[in-house]
Amino acid sequence: MSTTDYRKREQSITVSTEPAGQGQHHELMTLNMGPHHPATHGVLRLITTLEGEVVRDIKPIIGYVHTGIEKTCEQKSYWKVIPCVERMDYLSYYFNAMAFCGAVETLLGVEVPPRAQYLRVIHLELNRLMSHLVWLGTSALDLGAVSMFWYCFRERETILDLFEMSSGQRMHTRYFQVGGVFEDIPPGFARKLKQFLDDMPTRADQYADLLEKNEIVLARLRGTGMVDHDTLLGLGVTGPLLRAAGNPWDLRKAAPYSSYDHFDFKIPVGTVGDNYDRYRVRHAELYESTKIASQALEGLPEGPFITTDRKIALPPRHELATSMEALIHHFKLVTEGFRVPPGEAYYPIEGPRGELGCFVRADGSAKPARVHMRDPSFSNLQALAPMVKDAYIADLIATLAMLDPILGGIDR
Amino acid sequence: MPDATGLELIAQELRDADAASVLDTVFQRGRAVLIVDAGRVHGVLATLQEKGYGFLASLHGVDYYPDEPRLGVLYELLDMDTVDRITVKARVHTDSPRIASVCDLWPGANHPEREVYDMFGVIFEGHADLRRILMPEDFEGFPQRRDYPIGGEPVLFTFNEETNYGKWQ
Amino acid sequence: MEVKREQLDDFRVRQLQSRDLLRGEMSDEDLQRYVEQAVMTTTVEKAVAWARGNSIYPLTFGLACCAIEMMSIVAARLDIARFGFEVFRASPRQADLIILSGRVSTKMAPVVRRIYDQMLEPRWAISMGACCSSMGVFNNYALVPSDKFMPIDVHVPGCPPRPEALAHGILRLRSKVQGNAPEGWRERYDAIGTEELLPGATDTESAAISVLRPGDTAGA
Repeated sequence: MSTTDYRKREQSITVSTEPAGQGQHHELMTLNMGPHHPATHGVLRLITTLEGEVVRDIKPIIGYVHTGIEKTCEQKSYWKVIPCVERMDYLSYYFNAMAFCGAVETLLGVEVPPRAQYLRVIHLELNRLMSHLVWLGTSALDLGAVSMFWYCFRERETILDLFEMSSGQRMHTRYFQVGGVFEDIPPGFARKLKQFLDDMPTRADQYADLLEKNEIVLARLRGTGMVDHDTLLGLGVTGPLLRAAGNPWDLRKAAPYSSYDHFDFKIPVGTVGDNYDRYRVRHAELYESTKIASQALEGLPEGPFITTDRKIALPPRHELATSMEALIHHFKLVTEGFRVPPGEAYYPIEGPRGELGCFVRADGSAKPARVHMRDPSFSNLQALAPMVKDAYIADLIATLAMLDPILGGIDR
Repeated sequence: MPDATGLELIAQELRDADAASVLDTVFQRGRAVLIVDAGRVHGVLATLQEKGYGFLASLHGVDYYPDEPRLGVLYELLDMDTVDRITVKARVHTDSPRIASVCDLWPGANHPEREVYDMFGVIFEGHADLRRILMPEDFEGFPQRRDYPIGGEPVLFTFNEETNYGKWQ
Repeated sequence: MEVKREQLDDFRVRQLQSRDLLRGEMSDEDLQRYVEQAVMTTTVEKAVAWARGNSIYPLTFGLACCAIEMMSIVAARLDIARFGFEVFRASPRQADLIILSGRVSTKMAPVVRRIYDQMLEPRWAISMGACCSSMGVFNNYALVPSDKFMPIDVHVPGCPPRPEALAHGILRLRSKVQGNAPEGWRERYDAIGTEELLPGATDTESAAISVLRPGDTAGA
């Protein structure tokens, strides 16, 4: 191209020295924060319409990690659905399994023994801790506070050691089964858990000390990403986002499941609903989860760890050598699986990101006819657009971090 | 959950308002379901929203193959003040899968309705931007219908290694 | 007067050797032996490959659950900064290694391919986890095995693979980059250069698979 063409094109560009939003209308630019981006938590594509550095509109495009899990679940027996469903929201795998097992248990009408309920609560709260730790580490990383990542992941490793002790696997443990848990906790688990839970509040205090007096963190989080409470309810947002806006809605208190009503814990609630409140709510939930887990550990009742109904749960191995019935039950369960009478159930629980509900439709056979997870991040993502309207891109990054979307749950 | 009598009262109220709206009520295992005619579902949901069920917890689709009408759209409503849940079910046929959108009642129904469209092919009338959300934009077919094949790759063994997709060379 | 020295230790010997070297008084045999101990000869390729292997820049590319385990190899317990891999670059132009951590859906596959194309040679790819290596738990319409659209150097199985397993895969890649890839079964069965006839094949030409060294297959 010749120089004259270039000069002509240069003259058509108007470069204004006024900052955005003051007076003149500036040209809108569409920027694609593509699926591969270090700061979007997972493969989220954001098409942002910018005026200068101010976000005027945002369109999230999802589906980049859509795995067709719900359709895969229709091909597998109920027992085998549990590992598939666990991999949806990949940071809260116990919650996914809990919602599904709860729905199937409602359909079957089976009673979960109290020891299994307490063990479930322990693992669920440990998972909530782990999810919040990963959130805290990666969010601080997005804001620039890089060392938080290592501290949070150090705690996470201890939690994963505990999971490995109880089930043999660090992530996606298939520990929750329909009717209870897969196995009782091994000796040594209680001691290690108690040690971890005693240390955890001090660690949480250390995280607060690192972040909360920091001017940059405060400037980035305070007053950014505010949405009023009614808009959030209309959008279907639940969990820490709703609690940060002032609504103390928590399914563990409102509609307790799995013995949550036996425990004494508080619900942290924010006031303004900005990013700082969301951070504080989740940080305070670290302490509450520790409390719940310690109470569950102390009050752990004796008894079976899975329902004694042999038509649903596998008989213990030592019975197989002596009892013919146990052998037949084992055979039927392993080859075909248990059959669930026709019906539909929706079982909602309080996940780390909000209301996680599982809808199961059974048609009388050994395979579910429809499994659908109401994932909290799917609804929470709709709140991103009002949160970042007329905010800077830097606020967009901070808001996305505080929103805590997990794309595995969004895309399923 | 409203108990069985509470459910019947709600159904009666809705029938008083619009006679043909509620087709059936089901109360099973503590779960209250109102089966509603697909053409009138918007009115039913608006009435329930005014009654207090102000939170749309979930909007999802089910394929009832081989029962007709095949495609069902379920609305899980939640009343946060009394901690009450109720389900509204509307069923449509595959040859005319149209149902009214509830995005004006609950803005949070936007993404779930797109998902039901993407996976089952139910067209929500009045939805501002009904396009595929999880599958690629140019995908053909509605994957979560029961008669859509599961797909996938065959397992590679030595005997079919060459004839199968053949790894990147 | 005779000075007797007995039982010189190794340090003293080397001290005296260095003194003689600096003065130029070392004998020829001693000098020869000294040089052989202190100098290493190699080719430029080997030296470059050694350096490359010890400072690979991975790309931040987390897709799903395996990404969390990939993050934990950066964390303190299993620290891949020990091997020189802690510099995770966000831009594909600056990265050497793409770790496909998680399931690759049909919508994401062209994006992954485009990012792989944007990487500069030499570049390597690790397929981490069962979902991208084969189809994993979900053998259905929505996923694509990564072998179908890009060349992969190391597959790491697991769902998700433990950080130690991923580190093992990364170190295997490092030995491959440095030119001494472990040959595994090819070495055990002395199979390099042989041909395998598929069962039931009549036409010898098309039915054979020749067994190659790991470094001869695809990948940059």
